[in-house]
Amino acid sequence: MKQADFVSLVMPFKDKVFRLAKRLLVSREEAEDATQEILLKLWKNKEKIEDYKNVEAFSMTMTKNFCLDRLKSKQAQNLKIVHSNYTDNNASLQKQVEAKDSVDWVSRIMEDLPEQQKIIVQLRDIEQYDFAEIAKMLDMNETAVRVNLSRARKTIREKLTNTHRHGIK
Amino acid sequence: MVLNNIEKLIEKYNNAETTLAEETQLRDYFTGSDVAPHLEHYKPMFVYFSQAQQEQYTKDVPLKPKRTKMYQWISVAAVTVLMLGLIIPQILGPSKEEIRQKELAMETYNKTMEALSLVSIGMNEGKEQLNSLTLVSDNLNQGLEEASRLTEFSKATNRIFKNK
Repeated sequence: MKQADFVSLVMPFKDKVFRLAKRLLVSREEAEDATQEILLKLWKNKEKIEDYKNVEAFSMTMTKNFCLDRLKSKQAQNLKIVHSNYTDNNASLQKQVEAKDSVDWVSRIMEDLPEQQKIIVQLRDIEQYDFAEIAKMLDMNETAVRVNLSRARKTIREKLTNTHRHGIK
Repeated sequence: MVLNNIEKLIEKYNNAETTLAEETQLRDYFTGSDVAPHLEHYKPMFVYFSQAQQEQYTKDVPLKPKRTKMYQWISVAAVTVLMLGLIIPQILGPSKEEIRQKELAMETYNKTMEALSLVSIGMNEGKEQLNSLTLVSDNLNQGLEEASRLTEFSKATNRIFKNK
């Protein structure tokens, strides 16, 4: 497998790997390092890759395990929390600020979720994988995935509703 | 009608029972401009999800081809071959072919030496003949001396004639 083949194989999901890493590790730099690590691991084992039926799912599982290990290790003890800049909405300044705050708030709410739920929300609501794929990636059964997802969504909704009603940040 | 549908979908969504297509429908509704006021608080969630989807990994990954390791080993192999090339002939000693060639060379050398010594014998013989020539030259010198005596004798006779 040549470099070009590898790049075209990895291209479609490298952003997904990065976003999952960022979801778990929070800091952009950490997530970039993790993504690089994952891609290099894939590159090193490029002969074996061809045997896998679903490289993308395999890579996502790898990313999940890698990031969880990272979080457990001492290396990640002093994680920085970096928020990315969100793109502008076409709204008035007032609304814009409000929207930005609320959107920002969602990411903060997600940070507070348990890791398992974080991963599931990331894979389902952001990357839009179907339940069977998620179950395979996380080595869980579909029902468990649904239960976790439902809990996570309800938590996000509740916290958002509270913020929305009371304006408490 | 639409609102009713969305409310139903939201309910299903919260129970994680929606399909991907239904979720796309929800996403489209909430990222759009007219969201019902009582559902407004869902908006940031879906806006965030669709924004988070845009984020990209921009860093370059240095993919080094594996060949570099091969090159290192090639140099090692080259050195080994060179060392073996130097050491093995010393351990094994000269081969039969080489011995044969050496013997051949020795034989030729001996023959040449023989021929040369024959030539030198001839040369010595020539030298002896030259000795007889020196003898001749000696006789000639003696003859010359006697001839010079003759001239002195003739001088003396001339003086005698003048005195007379």
